[in-house]
Amino acid sequence: MVAPATLRVVRCGGSTLHGARAVFSADSYLLCASGDFVKMYSVATEETLRVMGGHADLVTGIQLNPHNHMQLYSSSVDGSIKLWDFMDGIPIKTFVVGSKLLALYALAHCEDSVFVVIPKHGERDTFQLVSVKLTKAAGQDLEAKELSVVLDGVDASPKRIAFGREGEYVASVKDVNLQVYFFKQKQLNRFSVSATKTKSGNNHFTCIACHPTEDCIATGHADGKIRLWRNFYHKKEYTFSTLHWHHDTVMDLAFSMEGTSLLSGGVESVLVLWHNESDCQRDFLPRLGSAIEYISMSSDGALCCTLHTDNRITIINSNLRFSKSIQGLIKSTDVKTGLVVDPRTKALVLNGEPGHLQFYCLQSDQQLFSLDIVQRQYIHQAGLNQADLVKVAFSAQGKWLATVEEREEVTDPELQLKLWFYDEETQSFKLNTRINMPHEDHITDMCFRNMDELEDDSLILVTAGRDCVFKVWVMVEDTDPEAQQSVSWSCDFVGSYHNYQATNCCFSEDGSLLAVSFEETVTVWDSVTWDLKCTFCHPPGKIRNICFGRLTCSKYLIGATDHGFLCCWNLLSCALEWSAHLNVLVLQPDPLSEHIAAVSWLSKESSLFVFKPNEPRPIYIQRNLCKEKIQLAAFVPRDEPETIGSEKYLWLRRSQLFFLTDTQELMTLSTKSLEERLTPSSKQLAVEESLAVTPFSLLLGKHRRQQSQEDIDLGKLVVRNKHEKDSPAVKELLHTPAHVLPSASFLCPIFINSLLISKENKSAEEVADEVEMESEKTEDDSDEERDVTETEQEDTSPMELLGEMTCKLSKSQEKELRKIRKMDYSWISAF
Amino acid sequence: MATYKPVVVQAFPKLGERITQDTVYWRGYKTPVQIKEFGAVNKIDFSPVPPYNYAVTASSRIHIYGRYSQEPIKTFSRFKDAAYCATHRDDGNLLVAGSEEGSIRLFDISGRAPLRQFDGHTKAVHVVGFLSDKYRIFSGGDDYSSNLWDIPSATEIASYSEHTDYVRCGCASKVNADVFITGSYDHTVKLFDARTKSSVMTIEHGQPVESVLLFPSGGLLVSAGGRYVKVWDVLKGGQLLVSLKNHHKTVTCLCLNSSGQRLLSGSLDRHVKIYSTTSYKVVHSFNYATSILSLALSPEDETIVVGMTNGVLNIKHRKPEERKEKSRKKRQPAYKTYVKGRTYMPKQEDFCVSKPVKRVLRKYDKLLKSFQSSKALDAVLEPPIRLHTPEVTVAVMQELHRRGTLRSALAGRDEKQVNLLLTFVARRVIEPRFTPVLVTVADMITDIYQPVVGQSAIVDRQFLRLQEAIGKEIDYQEELLEVLGMMDTLFATFTKKRATYLEENKSNGLTETIETNMNN
Repeated sequence: MVAPATLRVVRCGGSTLHGARAVFSADSYLLCASGDFVKMYSVATEETLRVMGGHADLVTGIQLNPHNHMQLYSSSVDGSIKLWDFMDGIPIKTFVVGSKLLALYALAHCEDSVFVVIPKHGERDTFQLVSVKLTKAAGQDLEAKELSVVLDGVDASPKRIAFGREGEYVASVKDVNLQVYFFKQKQLNRFSVSATKTKSGNNHFTCIACHPTEDCIATGHADGKIRLWRNFYHKKEYTFSTLHWHHDTVMDLAFSMEGTSLLSGGVESVLVLWHNESDCQRDFLPRLGSAIEYISMSSDGALCCTLHTDNRITIINSNLRFSKSIQGLIKSTDVKTGLVVDPRTKALVLNGEPGHLQFYCLQSDQQLFSLDIVQRQYIHQAGLNQADLVKVAFSAQGKWLATVEEREEVTDPELQLKLWFYDEETQSFKLNTRINMPHEDHITDMCFRNMDELEDDSLILVTAGRDCVFKVWVMVEDTDPEAQQSVSWSCDFVGSYHNYQATNCCFSEDGSLLAVSFEETVTVWDSVTWDLKCTFCHPPGKIRNICFGRLTCSKYLIGATDHGFLCCWNLLSCALEWSAHLNVLVLQPDPLSEHIAAVSWLSKESSLFVFKPNEPRPIYIQRNLCKEKIQLAAFVPRDEPETIGSEKYLWLRRSQLFFLTDTQELMTLSTKSLEERLTPSSKQLAVEESLAVTPFSLLLGKHRRQQSQEDIDLGKLVVRNKHEKDSPAVKELLHTPAHVLPSASFLCPIFINSLLISKENKSAEEVADEVEMESEKTEDDSDEERDVTETEQEDTSPMELLGEMTCKLSKSQEKELRKIRKMDYSWISAF
Repeated sequence: MATYKPVVVQAFPKLGERITQDTVYWRGYKTPVQIKEFGAVNKIDFSPVPPYNYAVTASSRIHIYGRYSQEPIKTFSRFKDAAYCATHRDDGNLLVAGSEEGSIRLFDISGRAPLRQFDGHTKAVHVVGFLSDKYRIFSGGDDYSSNLWDIPSATEIASYSEHTDYVRCGCASKVNADVFITGSYDHTVKLFDARTKSSVMTIEHGQPVESVLLFPSGGLLVSAGGRYVKVWDVLKGGQLLVSLKNHHKTVTCLCLNSSGQRLLSGSLDRHVKIYSTTSYKVVHSFNYATSILSLALSPEDETIVVGMTNGVLNIKHRKPEERKEKSRKKRQPAYKTYVKGRTYMPKQEDFCVSKPVKRVLRKYDKLLKSFQSSKALDAVLEPPIRLHTPEVTVAVMQELHRRGTLRSALAGRDEKQVNLLLTFVARRVIEPRFTPVLVTVADMITDIYQPVVGQSAIVDRQFLRLQEAIGKEIDYQEELLEVLGMMDTLFATFTKKRATYLEENKSNGLTETIETNMNN
């Protein structure tokens, strides 16, 4: 924060959860691979406890260390295997393998090696299963080059290899072939099913699971069948039986811990529990929301969890009862609604589950709630044409919500416009009016007249449609005087312009003017009399986006055309003010300032331009924002204005710009440096919850008592607000387990320096901000740690002389501090 | 985890009259009783005391009818020419009536011969009435004068000749014994105070005043004349509160209901309109056979009596309140079982296990839930659903279409079922709310059963009926389009005119409304 960092593009909103099967730890934590990170959730509270970052690319496999269940192996496409202490969230060791790792398996009986899937050298699209010997040498970064090939020609997907009972054999499937390799006999058996094509798909293998106690292999197929293979020691006399319920691809299979039942899941989003491997005894858990990608069981068999394609983890009890779900940002394939900000919660609103609207809180990276708009049963079946949400608009205060849903039909689309009223009592939106077929064709744009100061009855909604008209909807009170005073919406005005399709609509800031673009022309209408005031045109090219300037620039109207022009019209003179040659994809005005962000697409890179309408020179340009095409953008108001050093980034002061690429990555721009962002907001040590009375805690307890005593004695308020500021350095020192700390002599000056109060290089505002930030952090810390810093700071705070600092620590305290540093933490992990 | 969402059955707004509390209330009358009088009924007046007999003035007679009697229980017929405006006194003992020859007669309700006769008007007296002190009578006559009479001495107290045309209606204040109003064909309503020599207030109605009415509070005055009913605030010096134009012929009579919440107006256009006195909107209206001259409502709104120009008296009695005792017969579970466990308040340390609410699904929903498309379609083709709630049938068809299983659900049916389906489609396909779905269904049925056409006479007949229905609808739509085209040309000429008007700087309300219509 001291030096103005450059603006960086930061991914946010979490990555997809379906890199690999989730893993239950022994003590009710759930570990998931999520993009480049490994996330740890608490099963009890659904909370994200820790995000472990360190891999440079996608994490493809996670497995508990079979010899120490407090440790976790993770493999990544960047070619490294990391061993984590997931309780503390720190990497213990990194093994560099060298080639892409696509799956990871760790077995109990293999003392010091794990199995990974790597691409075969020199050949494309062929993969092999190799075992990697993990050296026991000291040091953090190790090379693991001892590879021995186990199986050739395997599939890259981690679901298609499974290890059998006690690691005696490994089975792998690819296309229509199943191969089983027995380690002891060094025998490879190959089986294949004859390739058939039916209506529901071919019978390629899709997944495999091995029975934990018996010699039995279950395979899932693309046509929805599950085959149970037995007697596969013999090449010829093997047998298999078939279970069939799924009508589409079986996505994953899992045996229960005892092997008595088998779980399967697929696109239908139904979890099927097969008892005793028979076709007739089965239980279902239907309507899990979206296609099941992975199924995993906890080691005690009490829980099972499914990972879904829509970034959700569902935790299910052993008796097939839904227990909990952890929901990330749902990344639907096509965000038709655009990015909208809910004025009430400041949450990002976009398409969620099919037919739902998700309210996604950016600060806490979790879904606030999901509003069912379509209210119809969603059928999980490929190729079905079902109603989905296409447009969303909020009124200024978030009191009204308008949604448009449509179902693509060959003959005529099914359209519905719904208006929702925010019910204060139930704290949710309630359906007020439903309008069937508001337009005869697709609705292209929709906006409310946002007038904060005026009464509610002046609220106006405008929809623009491809049927060449725009319609104005107003609230009307129900005519019957004796009826409850409820309002409903009805059409007030229909406008058109030369039978052109209406493409965009937009209200000016004061709501007096409505701009509607009709293909190549922008028309401006008076919102009281609905008279056409003037038209603007900048041929060639149809209008892609329009928006009004705000605040001091409210006399300008900005439009972007298909042929790569950005035009600014002056509404007073009705003339073109300036225009620029720019292929603008997204035009987004900041609701709190006069800045407008334009994202352009120029030959394989997106660039960002921020400008004010009253001057043609942009105030900020970032070329090569990202490689993907940016589809949508939104300014989200900050809770409090951020202090930004550089004048260049002043436009980011009051709101933050988020954008969504066509690969469904949510990104934002940040001025903070990388380190600042990476410090996790909650540095809660999970160990401390379970920490019993240890010498360390006793020691801290003693301090606390001492300190409180002193507090009472001195009664100093100064001291109190002092320790709010304990620096990150101190906390880092106290949080990091000893075995990864550098030497004490190296730490000492940092530690001492951190206790100094430097006033010179910080402006008052910055200090205040820092206090805010730090105080948030300290809240998360447990009492014990705070007390340590308290005692230490109390000694130093009254005087700010540098020299005296060191002697200020009393001898006993110094001794204790040294003791702390010397102590080895690794025994903690045994708890 | 989501539960099964039942099929959404689209509710469509009911066309036509909306059912409100008012419609329910005012429809609660039996079929009317009609009594033929000798001439046009010019006044009906209910006795203010039970048993609420009413006096009907028609031609030269005054008939007194009992509540349920079809025959008059008493008749006053001592008039040489037409009698007018027989009115009861507040205690129900005396009756006063004007007459064509100009004399006013006072009758005892039990007697036969007039007790008093007041002479002084030179022409017909169309309006008489008691002041609220019971001892004085006001009258208005065709000699333009409004007079005040003393009952005991049968003498004229005062005479006001302020109107410039026939005085045809009047009303006394219930609050002040000295105040009465009269309405005249000179378009004015005048308020008189017996203590002063001249009128206190004059209200300009704008049309010949046919009827006036004072609210029980005395603060509001209602006048009817021409097509207008106007409400005036007397206390604000006769300010116009609201002007109602809901009839298309002259409004002849006014009446308040017993609670004072509703105002009724009868008109020559054969309608009685009922207004809410809070919003002055029409909440209900009655239709009659001929033009209405007089109207009265008994206390508690038990009876509506309407007199018409052809001498027919139309009497409507309220239906007795329906007793809801039928449900009593069903034996309810004992109170104890009913409240068992419901009154238990959980203690703080109790762990509450909520019982899952079992949702009851309709049969077709259950079948849809288990993906049994054909059976679901069968379920909604059962007679009660198909006949009474066709929207459910159509909603399920739509849902099946959405799931892509409509074709298989329609296929494989025998002659009887195809006949049923086709009957339904042929009957409902022309309803606009069902058309989009049923057109698809009809399409599929013809596709599926094309090979078997000609094998069954019944099915073939249904196919022909369907073709006929669709053909008719197409013809109808074509006609409508033609009309629309004609209207467009008309509107186009109107807009041209408007442009010329604009040049002359004149605004024309008519063309402007047409212009907005066109925009719509």
